[in-house]
Amino acid sequence: MSTSKTFDVARRRLLSGAAAVAGMAIAPGVTLIAPADARQAGEAASDKVRWGLLIDANKCDAGCDDCVVACRTENGWQGHERPTTDPQWIRKVNLKDNKTGATLSLPVMCQHCENPPCVDVCPTGASMRRADGIVLVDRHTCIGCRYCMMACPYKARSFVHEDTSGQKPHMPRGKGTVESCTLCAHRIDVGGTPACVEACGQKAGKEAMMFGDLNDPDSAISKELGKRATTRLRADLGLEPGVHYRGL
Amino acid sequence: MIHVKSLLGVLFAAVLVLAIAAPAAMADSTVPLPSLAKAFKGTQCVEPADVMRRQHMTFLDHQRDETMRQGIRGNKYSLQQCIDCHATADPKIMDGSVRTLQPFCGECHAYAAVNIDCFACHNPTTPLQTSGNAPLDKMIAAHMDSKKRDSQ
Repeated sequence: MSTSKTFDVARRRLLSGAAAVAGMAIAPGVTLIAPADARQAGEAASDKVRWGLLIDANKCDAGCDDCVVACRTENGWQGHERPTTDPQWIRKVNLKDNKTGATLSLPVMCQHCENPPCVDVCPTGASMRRADGIVLVDRHTCIGCRYCMMACPYKARSFVHEDTSGQKPHMPRGKGTVESCTLCAHRIDVGGTPACVEACGQKAGKEAMMFGDLNDPDSAISKELGKRATTRLRADLGLEPGVHYRGL
Repeated sequence: MIHVKSLLGVLFAAVLVLAIAAPAAMADSTVPLPSLAKAFKGTQCVEPADVMRRQHMTFLDHQRDETMRQGIRGNKYSLQQCIDCHATADPKIMDGSVRTLQPFCGECHAYAAVNIDCFACHNPTTPLQTSGNAPLDKMIAAHMDSKKRDSQ
């Protein structure tokens, strides 16, 4: 199973590489194939693209939560001072090695798995994986059973316990449904980047987060991934997360 | 669920047609006919009014799945566009400080006893002036413009 997947990705890379070469041969500066992020309106998300993140924990500061604030502002979720039930699309995890005293800080959000367990367990099909690898909850069919929350090893999903008001036009939220990081699908669909990545680079100036197409060998994220080894959280589970970490 | 909704839609349309065709017969009715607010933008809807009256729920239902599950953006029917055009300020609602759908959608849905839950999640209110400055709005506007250019 995993062998054939690896093979598929390799073949896809080869094909897109060949296509890029063919495109370049037409004329200098003119390519037949548009960059993956320039999807047209009316066009469906395609599995030629696999969106992912690269998070460098070495650049992440324990005192900084700009990514969390940016996510909250962008998507309009907020707490009610009830930490056990408050929604949490992205959180900062601070770790300390008791032997050496070394500390580590990293943001954790939905890992947008290739084989998402939340999708496997959903009884209504509300928990779903989009063709481009973004794992979402379709709230229209979510019945709020919370199986997906139990299935997720990353504790990435939250349940909306409270009445909502003042939702953002692009991010409808309602009581009784499960929600999680959407990788800012509404921004990606119009060629943007997730709010957390933007905030990490622009506001915090840390550039600890990188967003891009893992299937495109020429994307900045793919090149960076090729430079040094990265870790994926609980890689042993075989979920193939789209979020890579460095410095863990 | 969808069948019930469309059935309700047809029933509602029939009621509306009867109401318009026979105002004399309805004069004795104790329930006042809905009086709908004019569209905020005052422009033509995406379909003729009679089509929208009967089928708006089907259009929205169909397109929401395409957008949500396939990521198709910028198609013809969008709940956000309904809100942009049809949300109207009413002095009785929040002192008229925001535009809401109550004077348009709410009027008919109350009359036809239709209980929808679109607005349990989707925000039915919008600022008095449509915001043209938010970065995301700009991004979407640019995206739509490029789509228009491509289709020409």
